[in-house]
Order: sequence, then C-alpha cells, then structure tokens
Amino acid sequence: MFDRTEIVYEYDGSFEGLMCCVFESFSLKEVPSVIRTPSDQQSFFDTAKWIETDILKFNRVYKSIAAKISIQAQELVQLGFWTNAPQKEMLIYHFLRLGYKHGSKVMSMLTDDTVSTLQKAVRHLTSESHKFKGFVRFSVYDKVMVAVIEPKNFVLPLISYHFCDRFRDDSFMIYDKTHSMALVYHGQKAELIRVDQLTLPEVDESEIEYRHLWKQFYNTIAIEARNNPKCRMTLMPKRYWGQMTEFAKEEELQTVIKNQQNPSKQMILNHEPQRLL
Amino acid sequence: MEGIDIDIYDKLMILSDSAKYDVACTSSGIDRRGKQGSIGNAAKAGICHSFAADGRCISLLKVLMTNVCIYDCKYCVNRTSNDARRASFTPAELAELTINFYRRNYIEGLFLSSGVIKSPNYTMEQMIKALTLLRETYRFNGYIHVKAIPGADSELVSRLGLLADRMSINIELPSQESLNLLAPNKTKDSILRPMGLISHKIQENSTDLVKFRHASKFVPAGQSTQLIVGATPDTDHKILTLSEGLYKKYRLKRVFYSAYVPVAEHTLLPSVDTKPPLLREHRLYQADWLLRFYGFEANELLDEQNQNFDLQVDPKCNWAMNHLELFPVEINKAPYEMLLRVPGIGVISAMRILTARKSSVIDFDGLKKMGVVLKRAQYFITCKGKIMNGFKISSDITLRALMSDQHKLLNGFAEQLSLFSDPPMSREEVSQCLTEPR
Repeated sequence: MFDRTEIVYEYDGSFEGLMCCVFESFSLKEVPSVIRTPSDQQSFFDTAKWIETDILKFNRVYKSIAAKISIQAQELVQLGFWTNAPQKEMLIYHFLRLGYKHGSKVMSMLTDDTVSTLQKAVRHLTSESHKFKGFVRFSVYDKVMVAVIEPKNFVLPLISYHFCDRFRDDSFMIYDKTHSMALVYHGQKAELIRVDQLTLPEVDESEIEYRHLWKQFYNTIAIEARNNPKCRMTLMPKRYWGQMTEFAKEEELQTVIKNQQNPSKQMILNHEPQRLL
Repeated sequence: MEGIDIDIYDKLMILSDSAKYDVACTSSGIDRRGKQGSIGNAAKAGICHSFAADGRCISLLKVLMTNVCIYDCKYCVNRTSNDARRASFTPAELAELTINFYRRNYIEGLFLSSGVIKSPNYTMEQMIKALTLLRETYRFNGYIHVKAIPGADSELVSRLGLLADRMSINIELPSQESLNLLAPNKTKDSILRPMGLISHKIQENSTDLVKFRHASKFVPAGQSTQLIVGATPDTDHKILTLSEGLYKKYRLKRVFYSAYVPVAEHTLLPSVDTKPPLLREHRLYQADWLLRFYGFEANELLDEQNQNFDLQVDPKCNWAMNHLELFPVEINKAPYEMLLRVPGIGVISAMRILTARKSSVIDFDGLKKMGVVLKRAQYFITCKGKIMNGFKISSDITLRALMSDQHKLLNGFAEQLSLFSDPPMSREEVSQCLTEPR
C-alpha cells in the first residue's frame, strides 16, 4: 500500500470474525492499524473496511494456529479474546504475526512486549474467573437460581463448566451485567445468550431468611483482634461487593437483587442465541 | 437452661463464634466431579467465597456441632469453666443450613468441629450422624472438613474419615510440657495416635483403590493440624521442627499457625490485653512455605543459636544474608533450585525464568516485563553478568536495612500487618496461600 491512509478493519465482534480479519490481512498482505467493532469509538477520518464473518475462513485460521504455532497458542488467543485488554484485537493480531514467524517458540518469548501484554491480560481474566467461582451469589426462586455479576473480563465461558457440573440437577442463570450476556443452564444444557434487560420476581421468605443467616455468619466469623480491612480489600476489592449478599443493606436483603428491581413481576429475557459453549 | 428455646440465628451465631479461632478454612486438595442426582463438586485448588473483616478467607461453613465441652483447656473459649452461652445443632439443622448456603454459592462446603459432649466417642457419633445425613439423604457431594476428637475409638475415626474430604486433629500446643500446663485432659499421645491412624488409613486406602476401583475414599484431601503461637514459651525452632516432622512422618497436607488471641484470664497465660503475635505467625507461615515448596529444611532456617525468627526480615532473606557467598546468581544460568533461593523470587517467577530462557537471554528489563519483582531480588542476582543499576551493596548492615520490613515495625504492626498483602509474600505466594497448589 503506497497511500498513507490507515487500514481499518471492522468486524462483527465475534471471535470468528476476528479470525477472518487475520485471514484478510494475510491474504492481501496488508497490515491493519485498527481492528474494531461497529460499536467502538470511530475516528473522524477513517473509513473502515467491513470484514464479513465466514466460517470457512475462520476454520482455516483457527486450525493453522494449532498447526503452525501450538495448541497452547490457540488457547491463549481464544482466552485473549475474552479479556478486557485495550485493543485486544490488535494485540491478538500482533501475537499471531509473531507466532507465524517464530512458531511454537513464541510461547516462551516472555520478554517480548506483545507476548507479555497478552499473557498478562489472560492472567487477569483467569484470576478474575477464579474469583467469581467464589463470589457469585445465587438467589433461589422456587426451582430457579439467579445470580448477577459485573466482571471486567468476559468470564462466563470460563466458569460455565464449574457451575454446570456443581449444580447438575438444578436450573440457573448467571447474568453478566457488564457484557449483557447470561449463562443459562436448564435441563442439563448450557447456553450463552444475549440479555439486555432482566427483571426478577420478588423473593420468598426462606430466601430472605438465608440471606440474613449468611450475613450473620459473615459478621461473626471475623476475629476482632485481627481486624484488617486493608488485607480484605486487597483480596476482595470493593468492585465485587455490589452483588454480594454479605454487603447488602437490610432493605436490599428484603427485596430482589440490587439494581435489578423492576415493578413487573416476571422474568424478561431477550433471547438471541449465541454460540454454544 | 439455654439451648431449649433457642432459634437458628442464635445457634448459628454461638456456634460460629466459638469455631472462629480455628484458622483452617481451605477447601483444597481434591478434584471431584459432580454426580447425577447429587449436588456439588470439589476443586483441587480450593475456592475462597468471601473474605472476612480480618482478611481471612471464608471457604467453608465453619461451625461447631456443639460448644458444650467437658474439657477445661485454659486457652479455649469453650472450656467448661467459661461462663458462655451453650448451643447444639441437630444433624438436620446442620444439613439444611449447609445445603442452603451451598446452593446460593455462599460456601464451598462444611467445616465441622465440636466441643466434647459427654465423651469423645459420643461426640464423634453425633458428627457421624450429621455427615451421614448430609451425604446420603441430602446427596451432598461438596467439600467436608471434619475435626477428629482426640480420645475417640479408632473405629469411629475410620467411619468419619469415609464421610469427609479432609480430617484434622489440632495439636494446638507444640510440646508435652505446654500440654500438661494448659490442656490437662490432653496428652501428646492422645493427639498423635489418631494422627498416625489417619495417615496409615490414607496409605492403606490408596493401595485399596489400586486393587478395587470402587473402594470408598478415606479423607482424599488428606489431614492437617493447627499450632497455637504465643500462648506458651515454645520457640519458633521447636515449632518449625515439629511441622517438618509432621510433613515428613505423618504426611500432613498443611500445618496451620494461629497467633494466640487471649480469650481468658489465667496466671499461666499471657494477659488478656496482649496483642496477638501476628508478625511472628506471618514469619512461621513464610518458613512453612519454604519447607514445602522451596526445598528448605528447618535447620537451615533456625538452629540452637538462633531459636526465633528475626521479625524484621523474612526467613528467606535472612537465610540469604547469612549465605552471601552463594550470591549473586546469574539469572540466565542458575538452576531452578537456586533461583528459588533468591529473595523475592517465588515458584511462579522461577518457572517463568526457565521458560523465557528457552527463547532469549534475559536482562533486567525482560525480568520486569515478565512480572518478576526486583525490589529484593536485585541485590542477589546478575543478568548477563551485570548487576542492576551497576551498584553493589558492600555492607551487610546496609543490605539488612534494605531488606527489613520497616513499615511493619512502625506504628503497631499488630493492627497493620496483613497475613497476605505485603511484599515479602509475593503475589504468587498470596495465591498459593489461598489455594494451595497441587
């Protein structure tokens, strides 16, 4: 390319779509400077090239990662896509360029900026997902359990197996408010669906009672002589507290989960099935 | 008489309040998948569900079956001579509470302990009843940690072990003299005998499992114990040597240390306004880590001349400063075992160094990029033969000053110190503390 315009790719925001951007770049031998989704901020002057998601192209790129780099790299790229790293698309793109050049060795290039940034972002994702295995709080509505989380990274795919395995015979939903997505498990099947708005019914007496019991246990179990709020904050930063029963105010214990309350008493889900897990 | 018209809130308060001095709350040591028709699974790394105001992880519903106790151990809140409210859970109440907390993902499972009611055997039978109900009727497949009661028949210990994932017997006081003084109803033998039995059973069971695939598992997540620090004059050397023996001889998974919190006025005990020795407890945990993951032996860290840890410097730094002839080590050449002995380099950092060495020569900038913390390490390493910033600390005193945890010694560390949050325990050690690696 001899003109000085920046090459900007726009894709549908799916992992498959991103892999198609990689395909486009390699087949046309051009290097994009931005890869974005329609909802990302656009600069005034650029004109983006729309990259259509094509499952055949996706497959070719995805398989080539395992074949030409390594299975570990394939996993890292998939996980990288679920992180909240700034411009994760370009990070993954540059990682793949390095990978195609150096092969499996790229995974040990920990002193390289791209590799270390991507690995750090993935560590942030996996550690946050591990935290949520503990910090998720369900409310029990008769036969259904519902939890709301507000993670920074897209952790649902990483915690899905854990909860589905744990509550095999139950039906539950974990709603990720940050990403407007929900993990729904029902009849032994898990699904990730888009949910833009969630309205929950009132909780019953026994739910309120267990919330109180839990809050009381939480307050009792701390040893006063060892009080250490700073340590607690390091291990469980305040951003997690909003959806945790032990930190709810009295009136919140009596009602539905914080922030999700709505006068109508039904659950509204806007179904738009996405990729299965 | 109390315990008759007492509601579930009061019971939970009384029985968790009297269980809280047990430090162990880990849910680690076993991976177990969920089962059709059951609720629950277990994750080997353990999962923390919350953190209490004291910064300790809450993983299990930690309660006593009852806080009624016939014993009179001077250091214990539940001693018979203490004028406290008493309560007991029925097996059904306990099972309901556990299952309902578990479904809401408040907890990873149950940690059940008990005061000794009527006799050790009777107490154990009550605990077996509760766990049987939970496992069989409520189909609970999550984590259970149970305390064995010293003095109970071995047949009961065996039955209890088949229902639990982890079993522990608290030694509490690290010597027979201290036991005689403060826990006249307990002897070293009454504690060590069941520990030996559990350890024997675990080994026997692992050969059974090879022979019969469906043999039930006996405490698959192993056993642990707790030692109280600071209630008696026992030295760190004595405590650490005891721990080392327990890891080697009884194959314990964990030894926990509990800074003594005065709960009773007694001439034989520190006065009630004594602050719990949290920094000393912290040093013991650091040393315990060095034994388990860093290839250290107790007598490398302490000896007859130095019986207690220096509170100013962490045990690994202290060791390194006494062995300056071994440093600096070259990051690009040193074997894994030696990397682990560098202050500030933990297991994860050492592994990353090994990985990165495969593709390039590492410099200080590279170390930073891969997340190795250089604050302490810089004085003990070279990269490509060079020292960081080109300056060398020649005096031991300067080095010691650089290594010390000044901030902890100022303004009353008892309040300030956190077990996990400060640098001498690196970030990776924090996650190990919480999760206990495979």
